[in-house]
Amino acid sequence: MQSSNQPRSSLRTKLFGDPLRAFAVVSAVLLVLLAIAPAKNHFSEWRHYQKGYLRMIRSRGEAVTLQRHFQPGIQQIWHPDIGVTDRCTSCHVGLKETSLTDVKFQPYRKHPVIPHTTEQYGCVMCHRGQGAATTVEEAHSSTLAWEQPILPALYIESGCGQCHRANLEGTPQLNQGRALLARYGCVQCHTIKLPDGGMMQATQDAPSLSHIADKTTREWIFAWLKDPQSYAASATMPNFKLKDDDIRDISAFLTANSTPVAGDTLPPINQKAADPTAGASLYGESFCASCHAVQNAAGNLVGGNVGPELTRIGNKAKPEWVRAWIRNPRTYDPGTQMPHYRFNDQQVATMEGFLLAKSDSDFLANVHLDPATPEQIAHGKSLVMEYGCSSCHEIAGIKKPENFAPELTRIGGKSISQLIFLPGMSHTLPDYIAGKIRQPRAFAPGLKMPQYSFTPTQIDALTTALLAQNDRAQSMPPTLTVPAPPRSHYRPAGKAGQIMSDLACFSCHAINGRGGDMAPDLTWEGSSVQRKWLEDFFRNPGTLRPALIRRMPKFNLTSEEISTLSDYIMTVYQTPEFDRDSMPESGYSATQIEEGKQLYYSKYACQSCHIVDVKSDKGYIGPTLTGVGSRLTASWIYHWLKNPQALRPGTVEPNRNMSDDEAKSLTAFLVAQKGPGTKEAKK
Amino acid sequence: MMTKQTPLAVNVLCLFVCGLMLAASGCARQSASAAGPTPSGFGSTIVESSGGKQIGAAGSILPQPLVVQVNDDQGNAVAGAAVTFSGPSGVTFDPPSGLTDSSGQLSTNVILGGMAGRYQLVASTMTKAQKKVEIKSEEIALDYQRRLGQLLDDKYCSRCHNPESTPERVSNFDNLEVKPHAFSEGDTLNKMSDADLLSIISHGGPALNKSPLMPPYGYTLSKTEMQALIAYIRMISDPPYQAPGMVYAQK
Repeated sequence: MQSSNQPRSSLRTKLFGDPLRAFAVVSAVLLVLLAIAPAKNHFSEWRHYQKGYLRMIRSRGEAVTLQRHFQPGIQQIWHPDIGVTDRCTSCHVGLKETSLTDVKFQPYRKHPVIPHTTEQYGCVMCHRGQGAATTVEEAHSSTLAWEQPILPALYIESGCGQCHRANLEGTPQLNQGRALLARYGCVQCHTIKLPDGGMMQATQDAPSLSHIADKTTREWIFAWLKDPQSYAASATMPNFKLKDDDIRDISAFLTANSTPVAGDTLPPINQKAADPTAGASLYGESFCASCHAVQNAAGNLVGGNVGPELTRIGNKAKPEWVRAWIRNPRTYDPGTQMPHYRFNDQQVATMEGFLLAKSDSDFLANVHLDPATPEQIAHGKSLVMEYGCSSCHEIAGIKKPENFAPELTRIGGKSISQLIFLPGMSHTLPDYIAGKIRQPRAFAPGLKMPQYSFTPTQIDALTTALLAQNDRAQSMPPTLTVPAPPRSHYRPAGKAGQIMSDLACFSCHAINGRGGDMAPDLTWEGSSVQRKWLEDFFRNPGTLRPALIRRMPKFNLTSEEISTLSDYIMTVYQTPEFDRDSMPESGYSATQIEEGKQLYYSKYACQSCHIVDVKSDKGYIGPTLTGVGSRLTASWIYHWLKNPQALRPGTVEPNRNMSDDEAKSLTAFLVAQKGPGTKEAKK
Repeated sequence: MMTKQTPLAVNVLCLFVCGLMLAASGCARQSASAAGPTPSGFGSTIVESSGGKQIGAAGSILPQPLVVQVNDDQGNAVAGAAVTFSGPSGVTFDPPSGLTDSSGQLSTNVILGGMAGRYQLVASTMTKAQKKVEIKSEEIALDYQRRLGQLLDDKYCSRCHNPESTPERVSNFDNLEVKPHAFSEGDTLNKMSDADLLSIISHGGPALNKSPLMPPYGYTLSKTEMQALIAYIRMISDPPYQAPGMVYAQK
């Protein structure tokens, strides 16, 4: 004990024996301690980056300007109302310098051009990270445990989605992600509340299963549930990875639970398809491919995705059901997007034969089901409830479950400490979300979320859309958000309204904000077209755009129906912008027409996109104008020429800012184009 | 006794730790050498089959994978050759390396870096003589503004300026008496200043004494949109566009 005390006491005497020496030692220690704070500041990372910046700009041509813009010290963007305290610009010094776009290394490169400035919203709003931090590690947090690391550039559009609730032109990935959430039924099980109090709604309703036995066989249900994508590669239905016995029981329950619908099956029609190619041409003429896809010999899907894929429809649909469906789909499903084509017997038989031939002989070859027992049916019902089938499908006797899956309203801001990651997975929120979408069942045994077959691009888009669902988005001041336009529930009234829903006009055309975008918006159709043309078009829809593969099908309407529809369109779908009689339909002078022709061919070179004379003109981006004088009203032509976007927002035809006189002359020329076979056309 | 035992325990612990570290480093060396599977074939050249010259958003996965093929002296495909992909920092490959398949090809998904610009990607393979042969391919990453430009091009311009047709979308190029320039035609477009391009987009062809078949878009597109379009045209230009002043700035 004593021996060990000896050197210590000697050290103490050495240092503190003399009061003066003791004072000197203490002062020295104090000075060193005092120097730590300024030294820490002096050697701080941001200072290092600012010095580096000054070194870098010295060698550049515009050094003086850059030098003048440079402000030393910690920089901060502070917006308490939106929770932004960002010091990122302390190191990212050149964010606003237009000339620094060519800098290849960070943190000095100029920020890419975006619609906002960094001062407006700061940085973390879009990029995440720790805004208040002044070291790279803390701000970007490459350390795994940080709650808000920098968001990979891949998901940057999620930042836009926090304020912008509607589709934005510049954010295709976010738009796609939101569309997928709605289309693939994600929001049927997962609630996603929007900041305005509404909920994200599904855009497509899965078919009702209450009458499924009329439509298909138990064997097909079995094969479908086992692997929906083996039946149709483009199927939106996910794979629930069920055991064969469970699928057997579910198919037993769905078949037993199904009730027949009067008239949704028909006996064979005593007609023979005379020509084997008639089916294909009827399918083509009816433009079925605008909505339905079929896999071609090369394995590529050809056709639209509004309706289900028809590659193996013959394996699925019962002949008696197909017949009734082609005759009138609304008997089986009153809300279907499929139009009622009004086919005659011959056409129904032809189409039936053509569709049923689309089958794969070995698709159901290995499915053999014994008759179902009551136990199997009961077990099937419990499985249907367990897996929440009625979240998407209407099933008689089973209610749509509420809060079936976790709410995703704030998933994009979820704390990492609340997440369970897969081994080997990087511990970030985007990777977690993407991983959950990619392989939902891998995260824990007994999870019910099914396996989707999304492409990597689709998964990125979905992750982007979900990352936008965060706390910031929910608490953003309403003055800063851009809400989505309210969903239109427009329904045309009366008898015309009934015909329009029977023909499913809204599957392709939009009117007053509701409907598809495959065909032109008809909101102001009554101001636009002439009644006679409209009636002729209903009778025999020709094409206005030869380069388009999608066209209006022929619906075999009766004269009475045509007249009802035309009356309604001509009276109701009128623009308030102008009076449809504001321009004369005839009586233009020959000089005016000639002047219009000159303007058409030389000054405005309309022939680059439109055809007036089939012999000389070739352009076919815009509609053919050979008979435009018989199709459009003079006042529509005039106002369209003056400002196309005012009549149809987003239309491609550029606004030429032409004078009233020029527009009048061009109108005169176009009104004179009455179409082939008429007197005027020969002139 | 106690004082003697402690250093012994420490020694044992030290030895154990050292042993562990040695084992770990050994493992690391082993795994490093086993990172790429052993090649069963060797080629003499490597060529790009598809997937070069693509345009994608910065940070995103390219729509098509990059596919390269390893050939021997006679130009026959070599299966089982080891190929490694590399690129500037920020680019990731999935998979980053691998062996060519029976048709001599290896395909990888490319995830572009977060910064916009041109990315030079390199795929390399070893010849039998352990000589490295490589093929370079270039991909373009777009930032927000240029992506907007790309979308505008798709909506307003490409129907005439892009001669390629698809069944969904027929090009109008062949119908025009005066042929428009493709936006990647750097030899022509790089000679035009930003002001020239802005002028021809907003006032149409006659603004630069060119064909009136090019209509003016100044009353249809906003200035921001036209600038986005120009930024996009500059980005995809081949040969690459050099902004005026760049040479001076790089001095």
